[in-house]
Amino acid sequence: MAKKRTIRTIPRERTPMREQPAAERVKNFAEVACGFSQEDALRESERCLLCPDQPCVGGCPVGIDIPGFIERIGQKDFRGAYDVLTDTNLLPAVCGRVCPQENQCEGVCTVGESLEPVAIGRLERWVGDKAIAEGWTGAPYIEPVPYRVGIVGSGPAGVACAADMAKAGCDVTVYEAFHLPGGVLRYGIPDFRLPNEVIDAEIGRLEKLGVKFECNTLVGRLFTIEQMIDELGFHAVFVGTGAGYPTMLGIPGDSLNGVLSANELLTRCNLMRAKEFPNYDTPLPLGRRVAVVGAGNTAMDAMRVCKRLGAEKVYCIYRRSRTECPARAEEVHHAEEEGIEFHWLTNPAEILDDGQGGVRGMRCIRMELGEPDDSGRRRPVPVAGSEHDFECDLVVFAIGTNANPIMGQTSSLKLNKWGYIETDADLATSVAGVYAGGDIVTGAATVIEAMGAGRRAARSMKAYLGIRDPDQPYAIDGRGSAGRMFGLDPQQRNFARIRAA
Amino acid sequence: MQGFEIVAREDFSDVTYLLEVSHPAMARAARPGQFVIVMSHPEGERIPLTIADYDRAKGTITLVIQAVGKTTREMQQDCVVGSPLYGVTGPMGIPSHIGKAKKVVCVGGGLGVAPVYPQARAYKESGAYVIGIVGFRSKELMFWQDKFGAVCDQLIVCTDDGSAGIKGMVTAGIKKALREHDDIDEFVVIGPPVMMKGCAEATRAHKVKTMVSLNPLMVDGTGMCGGCRVKIGGEVKFACVDGPDFDGHLVDFDDLMTRLRRFTEQEKAATKRWSETCRMATVPHVAAAAEEAELPDPFDEVQGG
Repeated sequence: MAKKRTIRTIPRERTPMREQPAAERVKNFAEVACGFSQEDALRESERCLLCPDQPCVGGCPVGIDIPGFIERIGQKDFRGAYDVLTDTNLLPAVCGRVCPQENQCEGVCTVGESLEPVAIGRLERWVGDKAIAEGWTGAPYIEPVPYRVGIVGSGPAGVACAADMAKAGCDVTVYEAFHLPGGVLRYGIPDFRLPNEVIDAEIGRLEKLGVKFECNTLVGRLFTIEQMIDELGFHAVFVGTGAGYPTMLGIPGDSLNGVLSANELLTRCNLMRAKEFPNYDTPLPLGRRVAVVGAGNTAMDAMRVCKRLGAEKVYCIYRRSRTECPARAEEVHHAEEEGIEFHWLTNPAEILDDGQGGVRGMRCIRMELGEPDDSGRRRPVPVAGSEHDFECDLVVFAIGTNANPIMGQTSSLKLNKWGYIETDADLATSVAGVYAGGDIVTGAATVIEAMGAGRRAARSMKAYLGIRDPDQPYAIDGRGSAGRMFGLDPQQRNFARIRAA
Repeated sequence: MQGFEIVAREDFSDVTYLLEVSHPAMARAARPGQFVIVMSHPEGERIPLTIADYDRAKGTITLVIQAVGKTTREMQQDCVVGSPLYGVTGPMGIPSHIGKAKKVVCVGGGLGVAPVYPQARAYKESGAYVIGIVGFRSKELMFWQDKFGAVCDQLIVCTDDGSAGIKGMVTAGIKKALREHDDIDEFVVIGPPVMMKGCAEATRAHKVKTMVSLNPLMVDGTGMCGGCRVKIGGEVKFACVDGPDFDGHLVDFDDLMTRLRRFTEQEKAATKRWSETCRMATVPHVAAAAEEAELPDPFDEVQGG
């Protein structure tokens, strides 16, 4: 038997991942992080102590059996590792790339207490990529049930819900307003972070599960949620439309032509392929000196896109300091390597007009950190008399998004005061049979959190439809176990099937 | 067939053409004032086009398009009956509010006649007295006179050169209508921004409600990019989800016109490149249109279509 691993016997250093050198990658849209080789993955898998308390599983929003899949990598049972991953996470190749692991699984890793934590995200990505390369689908035997499920939005929440419902045997249709599926994965995250081939592969796997994708379909306007239930014959509907409505700062000059939202920049560049203009028809605003306001992941993406499009200078303008910056650590690090200039504790006050509707520069004010605010972060307060101007010709706002209003305008779904859909703990909305999850419920969050919500909603939808859930044979969270036998929950409503018989 | 099939086409002039597209679900859902986003091919851009008509029985929607930029000219050349459009999404925007107005003036400037038609028809069906005002540069460019006239109780035609109806712009027609009727409840104006601005000014003094339909540059049409933001009474609104209809007396038209010129340079470059490389020499009227020296600023004219 192999000797028990201890913190003293495992490799001390985290296995480095090959990356494109910064000087080279700012000229292309190829992926920055090249991923592990098999040797890298095997070496890194040895760093996991397989500790009994498994804090990483609790740190993961969907509770992936992390030691389980890492152990299988170590045993060279790669297919097994993939199966463990896809038990809980449908899109390992995506999440391995875009999850903020340092705040989730890796942030609580036991190894991380004394050494660098196990590179869980990189291992997850490696397994996901391996599955794509090998063509593993992970499609189980599916027993059909006579229910139709409609999913609104093909982003992370929608596809996670779609996969679970398809595995439960439902006839699942996903509606997408754009001409290609993927939601924010497609329009928001640039190729150098998440290549389109990965999205295509993951969508392809869903199609193998029997999920149908209907693009060019704006639910709410083409038909309403209520019509889906009443007329189109869906037994249950999941709404995962995201929080796409961009916030503008509301300062003088923010409707000038050189000012745009990060959403617009990224949509033009990623989804519409404007970076390949004029081979693709969508034009892109080009800036010589670009100021990006905000310091989240979207801001980092916007800055790095501008750099690759040929901007000479790209500035990051953020009103708090680096400590409060909400982006993934790796993204900030990559942005710094690529020569992005960070201006911490700086807040825009006015965007200056060049006299022809364009931007000449930006007037900013310095900030200092005061007392902590509601979010627990120290509140930035302006320093009197510290206004200063600097030259720029493109301003990109990456300061967050609000709820998309279309669902509220077209359905009777109850919304909260910010316009997000109100749900109960089971993610059921105010309309019977309609569930919602992801950013349209919680406000802007991460890909993995949205996927977690999609899966939670799927669990509730199965209970609503009376489908037995093999993942939940004996207990549904928080409802006690009295009277529950043989995997049946008294709350399950099987009347439809009895009637059919 | 992949995409959405074009079932009929009609050319009104060298630069304007009509496409009837098969899309039964959209024909059922469409209401006056709404628009679609069209992508003619997978490498294309997404362009907003107002729905000019819809036939629920046939399951089709009608788009009237003016060939002004690269995409619309390319569509003029490529869109033939039986061929598909790669993407048609919609109906987008909040439908026009057809209120209880008793007397309504529907004003269409140039291509704007097409999108204002469904509203005129809806008002007619609601029992209102409908006065139609249409304006064109000259008689040759006129279209849908009979179709539009059929839903109006009175039709005023204006042409810039006087070749038909009143000589002058639609504002001359508005003055005439205001002179003849003192009980007009509402104006509905669709056309190029500069024309809508003129009309809003013409009705402002009379304090008659004037609705305009804005069609700024858009990418997604679902409220996601903010590219279509417009200033309404000092507030920022997104035309795609908060509009496209707004109170004409509150719209900042100068801001709209500036924002419409955002990509003028790229548009010119794309058109030039396309004209030089991809255009088929066998379509003489397209060539003639491209070389027409007096073609108006595309971003003024693209509105309303």
